[in-house]
Amino acid sequence: MLKIAKYIILDIIRSKVIIAYTLLLMAISLTIFMTDADVTKGLVSITTVMMIIVPLVSIVYATTYYFNATEFTELLVSQPISRQTILLGKFIGISSAIMSAFFVGICIPVLIFAFSVTGLTLMASGALLTLSFVSLAFLTCTLTRDKAKGIGLALMIWFYCSIIFDGLVLLFLFCFSDYPLEKVMIFLTALNPIDLARILILLQLDISALMGYTGALYQQFFGSGQGIVFSLIMQLVWIVTPLLIALRIFKKKDL
Amino acid sequence: MRWIFFKLYIFLLLPVSVLAKTIIVAPKTTISSLKAAIKIANSGDTIIVKKGIYVSENTLINKELTILGENAPVLDARFHEEVVTITASHVKFDGFIIQNSKTGSMRDYAGIRLNNVAYVIISNNILRNNFFGIYLSDSKHIQVLHNHLTGSNNQENSGNGIHLWKCKYIFIKGNYVTRHRDGIYFEFAKKSLIEDNFSEKNIRYGMHFMFSDDDIYRHNTFKNNGSGVSVMYTRRIKMLNNLFIENWGSSIYGLLLKEISDSQIEGNRFIRNTTGVYMEGSDRINITNNNFQSNGWGIRVLASCDKNTFTQNNFKGNSFDVTTNGTLKHNYFNNNYWDKYEGYDLNKDGIGDIPYRPISLYAQIIEKIPQSVMLMRSFIVNLLDKVERAIPSVTPESVKDEKPRMKPWKR
Repeated sequence: MLKIAKYIILDIIRSKVIIAYTLLLMAISLTIFMTDADVTKGLVSITTVMMIIVPLVSIVYATTYYFNATEFTELLVSQPISRQTILLGKFIGISSAIMSAFFVGICIPVLIFAFSVTGLTLMASGALLTLSFVSLAFLTCTLTRDKAKGIGLALMIWFYCSIIFDGLVLLFLFCFSDYPLEKVMIFLTALNPIDLARILILLQLDISALMGYTGALYQQFFGSGQGIVFSLIMQLVWIVTPLLIALRIFKKKDL
Repeated sequence: MRWIFFKLYIFLLLPVSVLAKTIIVAPKTTISSLKAAIKIANSGDTIIVKKGIYVSENTLINKELTILGENAPVLDARFHEEVVTITASHVKFDGFIIQNSKTGSMRDYAGIRLNNVAYVIISNNILRNNFFGIYLSDSKHIQVLHNHLTGSNNQENSGNGIHLWKCKYIFIKGNYVTRHRDGIYFEFAKKSLIEDNFSEKNIRYGMHFMFSDDDIYRHNTFKNNGSGVSVMYTRRIKMLNNLFIENWGSSIYGLLLKEISDSQIEGNRFIRNTTGVYMEGSDRINITNNNFQSNGWGIRVLASCDKNTFTQNNFKGNSFDVTTNGTLKHNYFNNNYWDKYEGYDLNKDGIGDIPYRPISLYAQIIEKIPQSVMLMRSFIVNLLDKVERAIPSVTPESVKDEKPRMKPWKR
């Protein structure tokens, strides 16, 4: 498993796309920190950018890489290695390569310029976000055999999670604004990994704006140890569940 | 000729200063309490109280005396009465530790009470664990300087630090107030100056104004008070160069204005408050040269406000710069710096070429559906805000800054 991961990492690290991704993230975070004296404002901007770019690149790159390495997968399957080992090895390989890009591109600048609880939360939620979208990418890859369809599906998932879902939530709030929706909202946010990551950072950044009745309730829930554990578990569920489903499909799949 | 007059004048003055005697109070001597010393003193005398602990249950100062504490003597009311009451004018009361006044719901027991006097100076005292700290009523020309007040921090039964009732020409400078109900409380106190005070962690307001016209408060710091600072039903107030910091929690405001008119708010800094300034029914207020930084809401202006002007302020890192609950009319924003401004400046005169609308669409949405606070900073909200900025339809048309600054005002 680790051997497969090692080969994949070595392969990906040399690829131009990952280098470009690293440089892009680094350029964004460095420019933001250099141009703005206010570190908190810098973190806000990085969060906004991160919430869009990190899931997009993670899911699209992982999907493309998976499809491009179909022959390699077929070769591995013909060897006496269990399919579970192959898929998990691939997951570890791809995700750790993208994670290292994230680490170099965002974590290092944040550590240098804005080392704080907010900064650490940002790093942790970004890393979890990467993992969950790589996991979702594996699901799309095993669901379909066609490369174009797979990438299309990956893009759809990204589009749904980053825009459509929040739009639907807003619509939902408008329709049922007469009802007490605070608890429902907590449940709804758990349905989207991007929202989970965003709220964890939000609780650090906009703490003073969250002091209204509703905000205070979220604050009370997500700010407490229990709430942090809940959101971490939900993030892990978002990583593990798609991967497990992908594994189930991959085991039975006729390659 | 002039010299002769001067000498004559000095000569005439001399007997008076010789006549005024100094009485020394010390433990285990013939004069072992302040009460005894006041009994034998005449107006114009000086009483010096040496270091020690004295029981003082409502010591009445009814003569024009200068009373000085040496090395901080303690006057203790043992929760039985008030500590000191001053009913004579021209008193100077300096350098004591005043503690443990009675608490009660029928009377406002105080550490130092001034009633119907003028030209009194209360300075350099430390007040601990009193119900009310310094209580001024019906007084004029009083100076309250450099006192240090700590209340009992009792939620149900706690009085104000410095309490003014029907006063005029009061000068309050350099005091520190904490753990009282209201740090500094003004009711019907007019033409007063409040300067360089520090009010923090009080149960209710750091400072509270009611019906107190023509006051100036400047260079004060209000930090982490139960509900910030509140100014109500007052006219012609000047608030200059104060610092409002970390007053936060639900319905807590850096500065709460209710029914205020013709006032000036200038050069203040509002940092990390839940709401920087909250305005309700306030008219003709000039808000200039202030810094609003890292607040949840920079300014919240209710629709009941009229003819206010906001100029040359800096808005940095607030979650929301300006919000309102309806349509704002006749409130003018001009020449402010907004960190969220995304316009351009083609002619390089430092002023953005397109107007800025400080009330975002999302702020309006939150106003209607508070639950949507959960969507803050999400992509969809940013998108909606951008669209609204480009083609305004929901946000109030009248609220806009025609000349937004490109760079923050330096102060």
